[in-house]
Amino acid sequence: MSEKKLMKGNEALAEGAVRAGCRFFAGYPITPQNEVPEYMSWRMPQAGGAFVQAESEVSAINMIYGAAATGVRCMTSSSSPGISLKQEGLSYCAGADLPLLIANVVRGGPGLGNIAGAQGDYWQSTRGGGHGDYRIFVMAPNGVNEMANFPQKCYEVAYKYRLPAMILADGIIGQMMEPVEFLYPEIDPKTLKEPAWALGVNDGREKRRVNSYDLREGFLEKMVLARAKRYREIEENEVLYEEKMLDDAEIAIVAYGTSARVSIAGMKLARENGLKVGLFRPITLWPFPKARILELSKRVKKFLVVEMSMGQMVEDVQLSLNGRAEVHLHASPGASTMTAAELYKTLENIMKKGAKEYAAAK
Amino acid sequence: MQLLNKRPESLIDVPMHYCPGCGHGIVHRVIAEVMDELDIRKRTIGIAPVGCAVFADVYFNCDMIQGPHGRGPAEATGIKRAKPDTIVFSYQGDGDLASIGMAEIVHAAIRSENITVIFINNAIYGMTGGQQAPTTMPGQKTTTNPAGRDPKLAGYPIRVCEMLATLDGPAYIERVSVHNVANVLKAKRAIKKAFKTQNDGLGFSLVEVVSPCPTGWNLTPLKACEYVDKVMIPYYPLGVYKDITQSKSDISDSKKVLDKESVEK
Repeated sequence: MSEKKLMKGNEALAEGAVRAGCRFFAGYPITPQNEVPEYMSWRMPQAGGAFVQAESEVSAINMIYGAAATGVRCMTSSSSPGISLKQEGLSYCAGADLPLLIANVVRGGPGLGNIAGAQGDYWQSTRGGGHGDYRIFVMAPNGVNEMANFPQKCYEVAYKYRLPAMILADGIIGQMMEPVEFLYPEIDPKTLKEPAWALGVNDGREKRRVNSYDLREGFLEKMVLARAKRYREIEENEVLYEEKMLDDAEIAIVAYGTSARVSIAGMKLARENGLKVGLFRPITLWPFPKARILELSKRVKKFLVVEMSMGQMVEDVQLSLNGRAEVHLHASPGASTMTAAELYKTLENIMKKGAKEYAAAK
Repeated sequence: MQLLNKRPESLIDVPMHYCPGCGHGIVHRVIAEVMDELDIRKRTIGIAPVGCAVFADVYFNCDMIQGPHGRGPAEATGIKRAKPDTIVFSYQGDGDLASIGMAEIVHAAIRSENITVIFINNAIYGMTGGQQAPTTMPGQKTTTNPAGRDPKLAGYPIRVCEMLATLDGPAYIERVSVHNVANVLKAKRAIKKAFKTQNDGLGFSLVEVVSPCPTGWNLTPLKACEYVDKVMIPYYPLGVYKDITQSKSDISDSKKVLDKESVEK
């Protein structure tokens, strides 16, 4: 579709959102995602949209709540502590069935943590994050090219099923530069049909309401059940994953994002040393590719989850397998990154020395 | 029979949940009349708060959104920037606007967002049962100040109009009351002017309405109106606090831009 261009992860993400039709952005500075609002501050007006540097992350997500209610494709981005602040607003967006894009360029936590890349926000992202009974669509890019191309998919799913969509990156992917190719045609928002629920100027239709409450007995239950039905449809139709060298694998690494990149190097090193290792990379973290993982367990009897956290996604792998295969964990918490050599050592421990299940850490 | 007055088209014919003697119903009607008179109903988006007016999204006959406590001005910012051809108003109480939503209202005013805020000040948290508001006056009894608000322990109330009027951003700020007919009419003029200010693209407008809360104050509706007159208005004086609508310059003219080049000169 377009020629290759060298771009920084955060800028590719911002440009990808604009090309996917985003015309409103609100955000607040926080490292390591500052390039997103900086890029949007000039790119948004250039594209005929609006940019606001909000007074806080709380305010930014509520600007998005308002903008999303008008049917305009909109986006906010932040990093871990800022995403925590946005959870109230995100819960309201989910409760009002509003589509939007939120990007989390994850850093070390909890608390102020540090500003290096990490994967400690998996639970927060895949379990809703805010109060109440809801889900958000979560995609995990493994590099700059996916940062550039995932916004389009996020908007597509968000608008089809009416829910917030998140891109869960990390500080490494946000800051690194790689060649980018935009894989889809640029979307002109003027060509998009206005959603039937969007607030705005009207020629005498019935008034429209956007809210997340219903105090009448039984009505909130109906609202949540309707949403649960859409969540099931998403689980059936929108799962994405990537598999590498799993055909003859005796152990499958399960890793997403940056961890999946390191895992490829670890896998290659292990293969060179005679270990039959494959890689399973969830691309959507919710919906989690649990059916495919269960299917894999018919052939693969050992799984190694590799995460830059103390072990969060490992629980989803265990739930998917439901005891049908061994689950091990290689955890790099505190915004540390594993190396290929460390992964090989863990793989060797499991395959040659019979390491205990879930024995974790470096 | 001749019809002398009727429900404004901008107000839906449903029973409201407000208590007898509450000011919200009056202010709703005034806003609706203004929407009718300015013929802006079909392009107006209103924002309902958290608090007693939470169901305002049901009552007004225009597009409405209800969101988190205190975030109305942020929602309004998003709506107005995404759809600049709409008229956007945020309807907020004192806890919503001056306590949990203080950052949002101040920064919307700083940015001079071209929105209108209707701020109901009844010096108490009504919906949750009469707790201290940021506007509760010294000595005033609430369920969280059983002995009366003691500034030594609970601080002083905030005068929102006076505070916001110190900013460069706002175009029009006025405090009104709805405790008697004369003041309701004045309130309507102010609210109409606020919507016109937005319609003319002049920037941020806010009307504070000092409003009776007989239930929260433990007074009869009549006594509550007297309380507004004798106690609240002396503490919260009515009047215009900021008005640039008559001046020819818009707010951007008053800003001296200090960039690198002008400093080097």
